[in-house]
Formats: sequence, structure tokens, C-alpha cells
Amino acid sequence: MAATFRLEVATPDRLLIQEDVSDAQVPGAGGALGILPEHSPLISELGNGELSYTTGGRRHSVVVHSGWVEVQPDAVRVLANRAERPDEIDVERARQALKRAQDRISKLGPEVDLARALNALKRAQARLTAKQVSH
Amino acid sequence: MPSLIDIRRRVRSVKNTQQITKAMKMVAAARLRRAQERVLAARPYAAMLEQVLGNVSGAALGDEKAAQNPLLAVRPEQRIQLVLVTADRGLAGAFNSNLVRAAQKFVDDHAAARVSVEAIGRKGRDYFRNRKVPLTGEHLGLVMKATPADAGRIGDTLAARYAAGETDAVYLIYNEFKSVIAQKLVVSRLLPVSLEGREATLDYIYEQPPDELLNSLLPKYVETSLYRAMIESAAAEHAARMTAMDSATSNATDVIESLTLYMNRIRQAKITNEIIEVVSGASALE
Repeated sequence: MAATFRLEVATPDRLLIQEDVSDAQVPGAGGALGILPEHSPLISELGNGELSYTTGGRRHSVVVHSGWVEVQPDAVRVLANRAERPDEIDVERARQALKRAQDRISKLGPEVDLARALNALKRAQARLTAKQVSH
Repeated sequence: MPSLIDIRRRVRSVKNTQQITKAMKMVAAARLRRAQERVLAARPYAAMLEQVLGNVSGAALGDEKAAQNPLLAVRPEQRIQLVLVTADRGLAGAFNSNLVRAAQKFVDDHAAARVSVEAIGRKGRDYFRNRKVPLTGEHLGLVMKATPADAGRIGDTLAARYAAGETDAVYLIYNEFKSVIAQKLVVSRLLPVSLEGREATLDYIYEQPPDELLNSLLPKYVETSLYRAMIESAAAEHAARMTAMDSATSNATDVIESLTLYMNRIRQAKITNEIIEVVSGASALE
């Protein structure tokens, strides 16, 4: 059994990750997917959140925002609408976005688009978690 | 015979023009490199999306609900939407005229249908503004700095019109970047999306029903196709401008050379004339 598989994370304008990894945690739309080599073929929608993986004994993570994931025994392809490395995340902006989303949800009214606010909330949370700061 | 001063003036003016064309060539070359990088960076995602779409549509093909997806509905082509991606500026050789000619030919070939144009780029807009073809929208100054989000907005508009039955087919015309000296004109159908020939390569587990996956994949596919058309067109435009300006610069060199030769000939003739006058004047005195 192969000890690693290929992980590829791409967004419409760039290829973010292309590495051989030994495991990966992918945020699926219906819950997190833990993927090891020789996983059965699977296609799922992608949620918002942290995607982490191990390569060369080190753990890395990126944040992905909706899209699709395709799993094959020897490869995982993640098509994210947006994706960021931790060093690309602006903590201050994410904090503000989080607060804005929380405000909007708490004073729920007819002018609030709940789905959009929840999405923004999840995005901001994912960014902050990946950056490993408390919020 | 033109005077020496006139020719000198012309040489100077050609030299000025040459400096401009040389600068434009250099700018185009620098921008071309960046545009090419964008094209390359967008390729992995497009290839992966193509594969996922293939795998999903293979499973969705037998599915009745998936077959009812509004972006797959094939109707007789009575109202055709043409998306024309051109440049915003000229001075790029035959870049824009080739596109416009192909678009006009498309309109003529589909004379039985009502064709409307969505113009991405000023040159296409300008051409169709004064013709009998209706313009449904224009996007100026977008091609050079197009983002996937821009493509998504346009794609959503096109898909909404298509789903509402306002259009029966959407075609896309743009220049694809082949190499620095060659562009390839592409006419392709954007909607309805054709799933024929696509099938699943493996026996996949689908977390969501295939028809739901298809619902979200198809708009993304349209967006990606549009984005690709725009960045390819941007790279092709820079390449075309670079080639055009390169030949303009070397043409200017030729013109300067022949003008200089002509000027020297006149100068020499003038000097010879003066010598003859002096000599004959001197011999008259003897």
C-alpha cells in the first residue's frame, strides 16, 4: 500500500498546493473528511474551513472556501472557489468580518440575508482557526 | 524636387514614430509575460473541473432530475447570444478585425436566427453598436484585469437569460493564445453545456446526489470557460500588439534608410551643380 497520495488544491486563478502527503483533512460540505491513502473514489462539495495535511512529518494547513473535492485512491483534487495560506490571512480583517457577521445574525431582521451572513461567519472563523488565534 | 529640409523633417517624424512603436513593443512584451503566467496558472483548475464534471455527468446522464437541468436543455436555435471577446484598444495588427470579421460571419451564417451580442471589449462593442444586431451588454476595460469573479458575474447573467428561455444558445468567440506570433480564433458553444462523451472513470461515491452536484458545477464551468477566454484573449492581444509593433519598428527603419539615401543623393546633386557653376564661371573669366 502506498504511504502517500497526491494532494492538489487549485483555485480558478492558481494552483496552491501540489504535494505528496500521507493524510489530509478536507472540510466537506457535509462534514470533515479524513483521507488516508487508498481511499475509495468520492466526489463531494466543499465547505468553508481549514484543510490540513501532513507531508514529511509536518502538518500544514490552508483555508478553503466552497467548491468540490474529488478523491481517488492515489490522488485528492480540491477545487476551491478561494483558498489562502495562513501567511496570506489578514487577521484584523477576519476579526472585523467575524464581528460584522455576528452583529448581523444577532439582530436578525428582514433586511438580513441569513445564508450570506452565516457564510461570512464561517469563512471568518475558518481563517482565524487556521491562523491559530482565539476569537 | 523636394527640398533637403522637407526630407530631413520627414526623417525626424518617422524616427519619432519609431520610438513610440518601439516603446509599445517593449511594454507589450513585458505585459505578455504576465498575461502568459496567468493563463498557465489557470490551467490546473480548468483541467480538474473538466475531470470532475466528466465524472459527475457520467453518473448524472441516466438521472432524470439531472437531465432537466436548465443549462443542459437543447432547444432549436432561434435566439442566439454571441459573446464576443475583443481588445479595448487597437494597434494590435489584425487582432480585432479578425474577431469582428468572424463575428459578422457568424451573424450572417445564422441569418435565420435572431443573434444578439454581448460585447466584452471596446472594439467589438464599437463595431456592433452601429449595426442591426442588438447589444445585450458591454464590458469595457475588463479583459486586461479580469478576475474569476468578473467572469462569474457575466456567466450568471448569461446563464439566467438562457435558463429563462430568452436565449436558445450561447456562443463564444475569442482569440486563443497559441504562440507569440500566432493566435487562434475560437468559436465555441458555451450553452447548452454538452455532456456527451463524458463518463465516470471510476466508481465514485457521491456525497451529494449527482443532479445537485451538476447544479453547482455547471455555472462554475461556464464561469471558468469565460475566464479562460478572457485571459487567453489578453495574452493573445499582447502578443499580437508586440508582433505588430515589431514590424512597424522595422518598417520605420526601412523608411528612414531609403529617405536618408534619397536625401544624400539630392545633396550630392546640389553640390555637383554648385561646382559646375563655379568652374564654368571661372572658365568664363579666362
